Amino acid sequence: MAGNRRDFLKLAGLTAVGTTAVSSIKAPTAAASTADSHPEASADGVRWAMVIDLRKFSKDDALIERCVEACHREHNVPNWEDDPKNEVKWIWADDFETAFHSQEFHFIREDLKGKPTLLLCNHCDNPPCTRVCPTQATWKRDIDGIVMMDWHRCIGCRYCVVACPYGSRSFNWKDPRPAIDEITADYPTRMRGVVEKCTFCEERLARGLEPACVEACGNEEIVFGDLNDPSSKVRQLLAERMAIRRKAGLGTQPEVYYVIDDPRTLQETAPAAVVDGAEGGDHA
Amino acid sequence: MLEKALTGNRTYWTWIFFLLVVIGAGAACWYWQFRTGLTVTGLSRDVVWGLYIAQFTFLVGVAASAVMVVLPYYLHNYKAFGKMTILGEFLAIAAVIMCMLFIFVDMGRPDRIFNVFLHPTPHSMMFWDTVALGGYLCLNILISRVSLSCERRGEAPPKWIKPIIILSIPWAVSIHTVTAFLYAGLAARPFWMTAILAPRFLASAFAAGPALLILLALIVRKLTTFDPGKEAIQKLAEIVTYAMLLNVFFVAMELFTALYSDIPEHVLHFQFLFMGLDGNNTLAPWMWLSVVLAVVALVILVNPATRRTETTLVVGCMAVFGSLWIDKGLGMVIAGFTPSPLGKVTHYAPTAPELTISLAIYAIGVLIVTGLYKIALEVRGQMKTEP
Amino acid sequence: MYDAGKIIVGLVVFFVLATSPLWFNALTEKGPEAPKLVYPTNGSTECVETKDYMIPNHMDLLNLWRDDVVRKAKRDYVSSSNGKIFDMSLSRTCMDCHSNKAEFCDACHTYMAVTPYCWDCHVEPKGAN
Repeated sequence: MAGNRRDFLKLAGLTAVGTTAVSSIKAPTAAASTADSHPEASADGVRWAMVIDLRKFSKDDALIERCVEACHREHNVPNWEDDPKNEVKWIWADDFETAFHSQEFHFIREDLKGKPTLLLCNHCDNPPCTRVCPTQATWKRDIDGIVMMDWHRCIGCRYCVVACPYGSRSFNWKDPRPAIDEITADYPTRMRGVVEKCTFCEERLARGLEPACVEACGNEEIVFGDLNDPSSKVRQLLAERMAIRRKAGLGTQPEVYYVIDDPRTLQETAPAAVVDGAEGGDHA
Repeated sequence: MLEKALTGNRTYWTWIFFLLVVIGAGAACWYWQFRTGLTVTGLSRDVVWGLYIAQFTFLVGVAASAVMVVLPYYLHNYKAFGKMTILGEFLAIAAVIMCMLFIFVDMGRPDRIFNVFLHPTPHSMMFWDTVALGGYLCLNILISRVSLSCERRGEAPPKWIKPIIILSIPWAVSIHTVTAFLYAGLAARPFWMTAILAPRFLASAFAAGPALLILLALIVRKLTTFDPGKEAIQKLAEIVTYAMLLNVFFVAMELFTALYSDIPEHVLHFQFLFMGLDGNNTLAPWMWLSVVLAVVALVILVNPATRRTETTLVVGCMAVFGSLWIDKGLGMVIAGFTPSPLGKVTHYAPTAPELTISLAIYAIGVLIVTGLYKIALEVRGQMKTEP
Repeated sequence: MYDAGKIIVGLVVFFVLATSPLWFNALTEKGPEAPKLVYPTNGSTECVETKDYMIPNHMDLLNLWRDDVVRKAKRDYVSSSNGKIFDMSLSRTCMDCHSNKAEFCDACHTYMAVTPYCWDCHVEPKGAN
């Protein structure tokens, strides 16, 4: 774990000085940039991606709650539980069949049926939401592929919400502040009338930290890293395991992957520490 | 010339006052929405666009339809439309202003509206729609103003206005095409992702717009000494008939492709519209009403005897307008969100403030039409005494 | 012009009334009282730029910071007055020292009748009122 953290920090340091890494995965449209893109951006810089290892999640896992809670607390996401019409969410769980809605699952493996699956912004390589924004209030960052939001500029037309095929974007139908249980002073809240969503914790990445949800898991249930680095953990997992993406057929190139292998494969390869640490899981 | 809208009899001012009351109520509701947020509408995370954007879409069609009188008159020198063109252009002006207002009231941060111009973004269809609508408004104001003031002075319109009028013809087509592109280019929304959306928008626009124009012309004829002429009305009725037939044909194409291919993400939207989905059938009665109205309209319009009789023609035009308003001003937008990309069905119904704001915007449109038509008729009234 | 006399008199009356606060102050020689700002009490003596620069330009600087951080992923600001590097953050860097929003930011903003929307989203430090 410690080693992993060190690699990660090194990687984040590399991002900061804009050093290029070897590129092996790059969508054809990745070089398309918006007017405000980073001048030193390079098509083969860092490409952040997330692999959610469904093997490590169980059907009634407090883990999910921990992830959601960590993210929403850190980013001052309002909680409109008693008023669902105003709902705002950055990361949430839906059952596996809903998460992969466009596929039909009738006779799938028992452990996947109804499995709560974390959903968040996919930080697509070819994002339809940024294409439609009339003010460039949302755009894909060239330096690392994060789909960003500028809450100072958003005019609240909600075109990006309409264009997102994953339901990852939320609009502030009213002032969110009263619905924030405890405000985290280090991060801004939003004002009514703007769209918000997950930013891959770019503010944490800038400080060399992993995203809040990854940290909340703590045991590589969610792995975060650079797709352009062949030795990264995300690349390893994608090479060794069966991973799928949501609505891949739309060509949006989501950068959140879901490992759907049988949980029993965890024992084959994973270091013992990982299995030991997966407390509370019923996947063994 | 505008001062001509500021004089009138008691009926005129009662009507203006009534419209102002409706507008006032809507303005109050909008202020409340502005202070509280769009939570006062029936919209939610899954249905993010509703009545406002649907009215915008419908009215872009009404605006574009002015071309149906402008084109025959200016391009084919069809003289019978001589008296109608100005009514068409004024209707377009009112419709475009209503469109802009509907977009404005739908914005989460209307205070930042200028960001669209401060950060122009050519890859966004919304940017192009803004350009197209703004341009169309300018064209129509310029054209109607120049031609009306020339008419008042009894002069022929200046030569330089002709190319601008010709330009307004493809421009009219473009506003509704770009509006269709707002929807048709979204992989997330299979219901709208159809190449026939723009043609369908145009067909429905060229049916609903001229139908409205016929009704307006007949109302004006009843209230004043203005007479559009029987030939003009009949020619417009034919245009409505063909456009409505085309529209129904396009809808049938849509239905065939979706239903025969039987791809769930295409079928489900139609199922929601006409049968209801997951127990939610808010729109089904409306959609069937739209179908019935379309049938009634076509029976009346296709049959020459009923088309030529004014009373039945009026019923036919109202049926066309009603049918297409339901189809485009209710069904088209809402069905795109139901079911959501994750397959969820969320109930949407406009709230009272949402309806009041929408009504007020229509009242603003009616007010503009009233004022502008009054100006045109006053100018014409002067003309009458001259010879 | 019809009724030219009435219109011109009306315009003059309007102009005098609209500018009356200025006249009043000029005649009574009671100039506006400048707001008294409370400067940092945490011992810090240096701002990211000089005070003379900050007073008229802080809003532009903040806009620049905003765009650099949000849109360009740049977080370090090199001061042109002393060459030091600062984290471009309203809530961390600025309000670390100027933690007394009411007596610093608000005092002047109220006086100038401007209502920046910074704090609609950004959180002022705890303990400030």
